[in-house]
Amino acid sequence: MNEEVPSGSWTAAVRGSVARRLSLEKILPDRQPYYIGSWVYVFGVITIAALVWVILSGVILTFFGPQWWHVSATGRFMNSLHFWSVQLFFVFMVLHLWGQFFAAGWRHGRASTWMIGAVIFLVSIGAAFTGYLAQQNFDSQWIAISAKDAINSTGAGTFFNVLNFGQMYGLHVMIVPVAVTFLVVVHIVQIRMRGVVKPIEPKEAMKP
Amino acid sequence: MRRAAPDQATYYAGIRTVPYDLLKEVTYALVGSLVLLIVLAAFLSSPDVSPETIQSWAQKQPIDFVTTATAELAGTTPSAQYGAPYNAGSASVQSLGFFSPQAWAGVHQPVDPAQDFVLQPLKADATGNDQLAAALSTYNSADAKQQGAWLDAYAKALKDAKTDAGQVTVSAGDYGPLPVMMSALLKSARAGGLDGYLLSNGRFYQTDYTRPLLFMGDGSYLSGLASDQHLVGNQWGVMNETGSYPGQAWLWLYTFWYQIPPYAGAANADLLVVLTMAVLSLGLVFVPLIPGLRNVPRWVPIYRLIWRSYYAEEASTPSGGPITPATSTPSTSAS
Repeated sequence: MNEEVPSGSWTAAVRGSVARRLSLEKILPDRQPYYIGSWVYVFGVITIAALVWVILSGVILTFFGPQWWHVSATGRFMNSLHFWSVQLFFVFMVLHLWGQFFAAGWRHGRASTWMIGAVIFLVSIGAAFTGYLAQQNFDSQWIAISAKDAINSTGAGTFFNVLNFGQMYGLHVMIVPVAVTFLVVVHIVQIRMRGVVKPIEPKEAMKP
Repeated sequence: MRRAAPDQATYYAGIRTVPYDLLKEVTYALVGSLVLLIVLAAFLSSPDVSPETIQSWAQKQPIDFVTTATAELAGTTPSAQYGAPYNAGSASVQSLGFFSPQAWAGVHQPVDPAQDFVLQPLKADATGNDQLAAALSTYNSADAKQQGAWLDAYAKALKDAKTDAGQVTVSAGDYGPLPVMMSALLKSARAGGLDGYLLSNGRFYQTDYTRPLLFMGDGSYLSGLASDQHLVGNQWGVMNETGSYPGQAWLWLYTFWYQIPPYAGAANADLLVVLTMAVLSLGLVFVPLIPGLRNVPRWVPIYRLIWRSYYAEEASTPSGGPITPATSTPSTSAS
């Protein structure tokens, strides 16, 4: 343990930087400021719980293929779990977002935490949208026909074809969930690294 | 501009801490949400209205199918006149002044509805069908003016068409080879052959439904079903879904703009709405950096509700509220 750390080592530099910013006590705290005894702090953790069920039910649906849930009672139940966990995810994500907005959660050096949270919300909308397009039912057909004009109006229709099931399915089961999960991990690390923001004090500026 | 967050030891100095079990909270959230989800899934299930096919369209509304196919041949449907990314038309190309990314992007999924939806499938069907082969030959060898006259007359006659044993009949008139062609196309569609033809595109494996969906979208059958399910644009469109399910409620603001002027009815409504939402989305992301907007939490004191116990304790503690000397809270391990 007393070995000399070689100067110029990228590995040692990254290890040192991470250790300074993110100790185990920060990742897994067993004490918190007393003011977190508010229901607002529950919204975020329920959002994460719902995301876990979204991903697990989605993995099972993906394993059995996109037709499975249309012809199997078990598949239909799994799809229903996926469907309602998405609804729960959005309900509590929006509550969390509003809660953090009215708490001005970006104060005291937490602007990037807010920004990544807002990006998670926007990317999640894309995740849900591709999911609706990949359902292979009437909703998928009509949403694709309706949505193509808005996508095409931006020029994005050249590489994002909502009428192409294969493309929407691939995006939905791989690229978008990986993006959401990665951003959520970064978001959580930011929160644990900096801790929860303090209550707003009289005449305090709302600057980040 | 950017202020780094202070170290937690400094940040929480003097603030009383309480025991907190992160993993227990996460576990409770996982178990509680799973129980709720199982109940919702078991009792409410999830929407799954079967998709329509060209076959079901041709079987249920043969007149609409033939009318749409005739309009594809005449080049008067939305798909035929669409523009980028499907073809060289312009009817659906949107712009805002000089800004027209749709036109700049160009054609990337080429679709020629007359050829792709009607003539090529009929050509494939004509093998061994002398009557259809002759009708196609007559149509293809006629000049554009003659084709237009037949199509115009047939389209008008279709308004009073009748169905008999799955066939569409119109009053007598000079329609050239069109009745034979459309009868063959309808027969193929009703048997399911046209679904396979439009999807296969010469390849065995296929997942691109661009052509069949564009064709079906040009008819009034699919939009009629969508209207019955409250899914069309003036019914708040894509944020809804079939049945009494919540749909994509998070798209409410996006869908909202389509209901009000100047967006409602505008030829470039989609582009206007997308640009509006892009600006609002950027605003959401950059709230912390926007003076005025970031002060809203102070003007709407919901924060006093969020931290009501903190403010109550602060008010009842004359010596500075809940902030106590750091030395009196040796177990501030959150720091």
